[in-house]
Amino acid sequence: MSTEHGSGGERSEGVETTLAVSDLTVSFGRRPPSVRGVSLRIGRGERLGLIGESGSGKSVTALAVMGLLPEYAQTWGSVQLAEQELLGMNDRRLSRLRGSAMSMVFQEPMTALDPTMRVGRQVAEVFALHAVRNGTGATRHRVLNALVEVGLGEGERIANAYPHELSGGQRQRVVLAMALANAPDLVICDEPTTALDVTVQAQVLDLLDAQLTTRGSSCLFISHDLAVVARLCSSVAVMLDGEIVEQGPLGQILHDAEHPYTRGLVAAARIDRVQRGERLPTVADFWERGR
Amino acid sequence: MSGFELAGVSRIYRSGRSPVTAVREVDLTVQTGERVGIVGGSGSGKSTLVRMMAALDHPTSGRIAYDGRPVSGVPESRLGFLRSAVQVVFQDPRSSLNPRMRVSEIVAEPLRSPLLQHRGDVPADRASRVAEVLAAVGLPADVGRRYPHEFSGGQRQRIAIARALAPRPAVLIADEPVSALDVSVRGQVLNLLTDLVAAEGLTLLLVSHDLEVVRHLCDRVVVMHEGAVVEQGATDQVYGEPQHPYTRELLAAVPRLPD
Repeated sequence: MSTEHGSGGERSEGVETTLAVSDLTVSFGRRPPSVRGVSLRIGRGERLGLIGESGSGKSVTALAVMGLLPEYAQTWGSVQLAEQELLGMNDRRLSRLRGSAMSMVFQEPMTALDPTMRVGRQVAEVFALHAVRNGTGATRHRVLNALVEVGLGEGERIANAYPHELSGGQRQRVVLAMALANAPDLVICDEPTTALDVTVQAQVLDLLDAQLTTRGSSCLFISHDLAVVARLCSSVAVMLDGEIVEQGPLGQILHDAEHPYTRGLVAAARIDRVQRGERLPTVADFWERGR
Repeated sequence: MSGFELAGVSRIYRSGRSPVTAVREVDLTVQTGERVGIVGGSGSGKSTLVRMMAALDHPTSGRIAYDGRPVSGVPESRLGFLRSAVQVVFQDPRSSLNPRMRVSEIVAEPLRSPLLQHRGDVPADRASRVAEVLAAVGLPADVGRRYPHEFSGGQRQRIAIARALAPRPAVLIADEPVSALDVSVRGQVLNLLTDLVAAEGLTLLLVSHDLEVVRHLCDRVVVMHEGAVVEQGATDQVYGEPQHPYTRELLAAVPRLPD
């Protein structure tokens, strides 16, 4: 197996477990379950990429881990963060964990930002809600530091701005600053760069890479784009119609996948290997639903 | 000359507090039969540029001509020649297809335009042309009776492509045609575009932020940054030896699978 893709990922048994999802099933109302029997394990400091098409259940899995599913959702199985069971935990305890022990970055930064509040105050809230207060001056200093750490060099100007005054890339950096503020054990990223430009995407991914490493945080990284996942994660789980059909180290997924759907995803992502004008391989060449 | 000619084209929006120059002094020629990719970040002006070429927006200054006839500064009633020749496929088929129209009405719509009536180059038998283009994009004949929401994203984009093909255009403008689609269907839609462009001998203008998609479909590439064209040339040459720093930055940013 290749180990050149750096930080975390290989399933070394000695590594402490940050997240253990076992046999998770989620259903909404009477519809068939959106997530069926999903099991995942992420060790301390490891990063797992979860890939699949839209509607495959990736985001529902993430929301179940965060305890953010709507009330009418039913869940079975187990979700443990640092050996603490999260399923069935009461809301007060869960919301103490969110933002401190675990945090989430969504595709659209405005879902996480309050449009009526200055950015600095929103970042300060993350510190204030989860840490012992040490005076407002100290908080201000920490906020500016947090913004500088995510590459927002002019922290002062950004802190005084409202979200709409920032670009999409700047907003996503602010959300990252909030997600990373309390050095969580687990950061869940759900398509965090899909709405961004290619160049901004590259910068944000590099930043996330560096900041996760600095904090030693684990990461569940959700994307439909295998190339983006490969930039950050060294192991990959493939989700299809609510189930994990394959998981393993990145190298194994790329070169030695067992499931035809996985092989199709890899082939479709290798567009750079196809001569101009020649037929591109598609997932349907390898696997078709109901066949 | 046949094809598009743009000279000193600028577009300035003055709605906000300070004017925004979306497109700055662009000179560009697109010859008939060329497949040209326009790449750049968001806000680089690439969509505004092709919207002006399709006369969906108008330049603040500069000239645009198609087949030697002016496109800019011409009243809509005299744009019939452009409306039949140039068709557009937009990024998001959820918003570009009217949810209240049946697929057959959507696809037939460009054929119903009063501007295109009595023009020799537009198919007269609408029903048979609709069936023909739906077959060409790989959709079964009975989809005509159904509504857009009954289809997946990839199928909706096929419907949008069928609509664009209906009036037998010479030029297809595709503005981010696959960026709202899953990777799993992206390849199918790109293969369809490749085949159709070849079969119908179309001139292709492909706007994309995805440089790999452009490399695959286009023989020439135009790089835009902050409203201006910073580099253009044969795709292989620009990708192989990028001259402008922004082109180099774009190419370096493309996420690639490790070997």
